[in-house]
Amino acid sequence: MTPVLELNAVRKSFGAVVVADDQSWSLDQGEALGVIGPNGAGKTSMFNLVTGTLKPNGGSIRFMGQDITAWSAARRCRAGIARSFQVPQPFRGMTIYENTYVAATQGAGLSGAEAEEVCLDVLGRTGLLPKANVLAGGLTLLDRKRLELARAMCAKPRVLLLDEIAGGLTENECHALIDLINGLRSTGISIVWIEHVVHALLAVVDRLIVIDFGARIAEGDPHEIMNSRAVREIYLGIEADA
Amino acid sequence: MTRLSVSRQTRLSNIAMLALAVTLLLLAAAPWWAGRAELRLLGEIFLYMSLATLWNLLAGYAGLVSVGQQAFVGLGGYMLFAATLLWGVHPLVALPLAMVAGALVSAPVALLIFRLRGAYFAIGTWVVAEVFRLSFAQLSALGGGSGISLAPAIVKQLASGRSAREALLYWLALGLAVLVVGAVFAFLRSRRGVALTAIRDNELAARSLGIDVWRTKFTVYVVTAALTTLTGALIFLQKLRISPDAAFSANDWTAFVIFIVVIGGIGTIEGPIIGTLIYFVLRETMADLGAAYLIALGAVAIVIMLVAPQGVWGLIRGKSGTELFPLSRRVRGLTDKGN
Repeated sequence: MTPVLELNAVRKSFGAVVVADDQSWSLDQGEALGVIGPNGAGKTSMFNLVTGTLKPNGGSIRFMGQDITAWSAARRCRAGIARSFQVPQPFRGMTIYENTYVAATQGAGLSGAEAEEVCLDVLGRTGLLPKANVLAGGLTLLDRKRLELARAMCAKPRVLLLDEIAGGLTENECHALIDLINGLRSTGISIVWIEHVVHALLAVVDRLIVIDFGARIAEGDPHEIMNSRAVREIYLGIEADA
Repeated sequence: MTRLSVSRQTRLSNIAMLALAVTLLLLAAAPWWAGRAELRLLGEIFLYMSLATLWNLLAGYAGLVSVGQQAFVGLGGYMLFAATLLWGVHPLVALPLAMVAGALVSAPVALLIFRLRGAYFAIGTWVVAEVFRLSFAQLSALGGGSGISLAPAIVKQLASGRSAREALLYWLALGLAVLVVGAVFAFLRSRRGVALTAIRDNELAARSLGIDVWRTKFTVYVVTAALTTLTGALIFLQKLRISPDAAFSANDWTAFVIFIVVIGGIGTIEGPIIGTLIYFVLRETMADLGAAYLIALGAVAIVIMLVAPQGVWGLIRGKSGTELFPLSRRVRGLTDKGN
């Protein structure tokens, strides 16, 4: 089976700063991949490369067997790659419902009536329905992060990229989030999840990648990786400031 | 569990639409109840309302802050004069002809200036307008730098009597304002309008959610230019005389228009309409002040930008999101916080 997403020697640097150093990895359908690494390691840059917000200096990215390296961000989303932003990017002048409606009509290409149904369903599942008519500009950070997830889900992706969505949640909310993401996986959606809240990550992912200075320094079974010495050295630093 | 639904109409928007329909009927009958001067003033208000609504779509939604829309107002005026005087086209046919010309000219202009960003884009649009002004000043067949008048025979093609002609020009201006505001309203309610509103709020997110930002902006630029050109043709059909300085005046066709949109409320459909009314109230009450009138306008603009950056409509709209033109989608049937 061809992987859903495949990176081949993807490189990106800003002057002397290397944010992606020959990154190669792939993702199967329905698989959940966790990404960890210290702040500034290049995790979000990797998402920017996959979604087309950044163009690589070299290497190629394939999606469903097609080379999408030259595709625009918009085209990649319509093809089935959606993301949440670490720093939330809401449409401030629109309500929560309207934010998700944009994703459903433009990203997923649904008609008005279909979009309405999808949005209400997703808002119900992410706990945002009671605030559906609230303007996104006035939301708390936590609600904005929820909206990031809901909006990405409404784009009906095959690959969902999640960038630190569990921070600040209570224990119960975190369990609900884990159930939600596992539910998405069971419908065949592949997930790449950057997360500092490690216990949430370990409850979901099949495989873990560790990134530092733009390069993949370890990959494999999540529990083995977390116990490896190289990761513990880097990761202790993260836990200290998390 | 109550059934959830989504709708756009509110009681207020229904009342507003009814009030609008009644107002339009009254305005359409104006040639029978208004005097000659009032008719002229109303016509001018409608033309400015069109320009302001179009500039708002361009700058307030698509983020294309052009200070060179006078390029298209002037182009429209000159197209009207060229078509009627040189090619013998009926003035009412020349109007849509000008609109098509505006669209055709704006496409290559867009390809050029879309390479520029922010302040560079703004200056680029101004440069284009100046190029247009200097180019039309070279056309001796259209009066060169000193301008030309519309021949009486052409004016008489509109209607034989003076009052019939004035009524026709008034209806054209009213019809244009209805066409422009209606078209912008319909566009914003459509699927492409949803994309444009998303671009207004956050380009990065819009791109990442499947919206082709460049194409959307390009479409908005060309459509806005076409309708601005049509407005320009109508403006100079009223004036009956054109010169490069009047046709491509940055003050008349861009500075006042920006003033209107900013004080009314940028990025809303109601803002430019309210702004136009405020502008004309100020202009009519302070017309005798001479140069002090412009100083007063500037002072009003500064105070509004400081006190209410979202304009007068932004102030009225507040956090509740009140709308007269129903654009936003509300979820009905929520147990709490729903409305």
